[in-house]
Amino acid sequence: MKIAITGMGIISAIGNTVAENFAALKSGKAGISNLENISNSVHKGVLKVGEIKLSDSALAAMLKLPETHNFSRTSLLGAYAAKKAVENANISDINAYATGLVSATSVGGMDKTEQYFYQYFEDPSVRKFITSHDAGDVSHKIADALGLKGMVTTISTACSSAANAIMMGARLIASGQLDRVIVGGTDALSKFTINGFNTLMILSDTYNTPFDENRKGLNLGEAAAYLVLESDKVIKETNKEVLAYLSGYGNANDAYHQTASSANGEGAFLAMKKALQMANISSFTIDYINVHGTATPNNDLSEGHALQRVFGTAVPHFSSTKPYTGHTLAAAAAIEAVYSILALQHNLVFPNLNFKNKMEELYIQPTTVLLEKELNTVLSNSFGFGGNCSALIFSKP
Amino acid sequence: MKNCFINGLSAISTQDTFESDFVNSLKTVNPNENILRATEPNYKAFIPPAAIRRMAKGIKMGVATSAKALEEAGLTQVEAIITGTGMGCSQDSEKFLKNILDNHEQFLTPTSFIQSTHNTVAAQIALRLACKGYNFTYVNGAVSFESALLDACMQITAADIASVLVGGIDEYAAHTFSLYELVGFIKDKKNVPFSVLNPTTKGTVFSEGATFFALENTKNASTYAEVVDIQLRNKLTSAELPTFIASFLEKNNLETSAIDVLIVGNNGDVEFDGFYKEAMHGFKDSIHLYYKHLSGEYNTASAFGLWVAANILRQQEIPEILRINAIEKKGYRNIVLYNQYRGLDHSLVLLKSVN
Repeated sequence: MKIAITGMGIISAIGNTVAENFAALKSGKAGISNLENISNSVHKGVLKVGEIKLSDSALAAMLKLPETHNFSRTSLLGAYAAKKAVENANISDINAYATGLVSATSVGGMDKTEQYFYQYFEDPSVRKFITSHDAGDVSHKIADALGLKGMVTTISTACSSAANAIMMGARLIASGQLDRVIVGGTDALSKFTINGFNTLMILSDTYNTPFDENRKGLNLGEAAAYLVLESDKVIKETNKEVLAYLSGYGNANDAYHQTASSANGEGAFLAMKKALQMANISSFTIDYINVHGTATPNNDLSEGHALQRVFGTAVPHFSSTKPYTGHTLAAAAAIEAVYSILALQHNLVFPNLNFKNKMEELYIQPTTVLLEKELNTVLSNSFGFGGNCSALIFSKP
Repeated sequence: MKNCFINGLSAISTQDTFESDFVNSLKTVNPNENILRATEPNYKAFIPPAAIRRMAKGIKMGVATSAKALEEAGLTQVEAIITGTGMGCSQDSEKFLKNILDNHEQFLTPTSFIQSTHNTVAAQIALRLACKGYNFTYVNGAVSFESALLDACMQITAADIASVLVGGIDEYAAHTFSLYELVGFIKDKKNVPFSVLNPTTKGTVFSEGATFFALENTKNASTYAEVVDIQLRNKLTSAELPTFIASFLEKNNLETSAIDVLIVGNNGDVEFDGFYKEAMHGFKDSIHLYYKHLSGEYNTASAFGLWVAANILRQQEIPEILRINAIEKKGYRNIVLYNQYRGLDHSLVLLKSVN
């Protein structure tokens, strides 16, 4: 079973379009900078993040929303990227086929809730944002922006959310329930997540360095990315160009700890194994891995062990693109799906920036230069709190 | 294609549903309350005492009901855990956010942040069972649970999975509920008493609860019912509802007359109850039942509705307290559940008797 991908849209710290993101990936231009947009945070101007340097009102203007809108930043980013994906897939009538939206978010409208938490009680003018808090509201807004009427749902499994949204979308097509599904994820930076990760002491005070012996933690980021998945029937009837196929996926739980990953990477190992099994390929077929690689001591060690367990001494070229974008939580797997497809399309392995020293516990190390190489099959990993581990396999059309 | 059977279930709700049997557990609630709270059991049999103190109510309700549903199905392990929650772990989210705001982002501790993630309940169940299988959490308003149920059935019918724990959880959280009062989603106490069937005011009586089901690909002595189909729609007009229902029935090769019982999600909101009137209008000869006058409204209250439906099919008995109309049937084979919230997140679920 292979599911066709016919469109993609993205907005991240390294660009507002697929082309801009690709140009940055190729030229090694990272998007990590000091926090600016959250004006009343103590972390402003100090903390390194993958921030999109567009204000909410600039994003609203790009979406041509009326002044009275009640979009959270997460919804603004999501609606923008999803519209771009649908445009890219040359869809003029979104409801011409049975179409669904499976979107992912972890913070939802938290940016507005933290801004107006107490103010809501005194100031009726901001109350329109009360209903923008929950995760489902984000997906409803995106569906409305697309004019989509159909099955709409939302997945929130922390940092693996978008991978699971992609998986669910594919299964809805495979089971014949839908012809077309817009899948992906969106998360805006918020005080809530910044301070949450800060209390866990896994934020780096400088630029994140995945798979480096001296890595100090992650940089948070914000982003949204969506893919258009379409059934073979739609592809046949519309003669549409296929960008890539989703050819396998796996989801497993580490069942080890609420926030930490097991030392041997059991959940990650199982997810990758399931994905390979589903794609019906051996591990030798994988040409490149876009790893989760958050640059926390725990993740990279756990993922590294899982990679060595799955691939043995033949671990393919791998890199984390989080030094470019930061860790964009529920959007991460969606933006990395776009990067995996770009890698396939251009036969390029993107460099793992900021890497200096190989980890002592592992015999593998990431690719640190832009590498030209024929790529036919790419694996993308995403793991999250709650032991949630997901792996996706993309292949050339 | 394999079928998807409910072989165990458990509910914590405003009713005494956790300890008591189906027929005897359902009692009328105080019509002068605009917020109802779930009746908590003694968690000691399910959760270690230290964890009981640390966990928010939603996590405890979820862990306890999942354990009981599993036990009832005679299972000790499952291959997948799938949850739905509209608002997620609101208590921990509020707590962490208040600390951020009140202490200007200083002196924070991680516990409430760790427990605030939407997938906390699914993760805690996986940890408790050491279950390394498929683990998903859906968070989409009033179809959060139905999304989880759809996925659970797809796991069984299409992914070769033999057993799934699926549940819906939403908890009371003081600040969130006060914001809902502010925007009128929760009824104004000035307008008591409240009636779910004959409302005169907007908003609903809000509540909380957790309902879990153990699903398997095989039928056995403990089977309640078969989940046949689930259909979701983000928005509809009242005029579009009959077509939505008709195509659902057609897909399942059923005439309206084959539906013995229609269970509607009426929540006493005069603004949106028209959808339910429209639905009942389409099932003139079916028994009409409602349940939110007993459970209250919350994003996953429809899981309580499914709990009601599954119990009716197994026991072939309908408690009078659930009835809207007086139609009688000799037996109950097919039940359709219809739910929506504020005109969004419409769902249809078809349940079949296995007798």
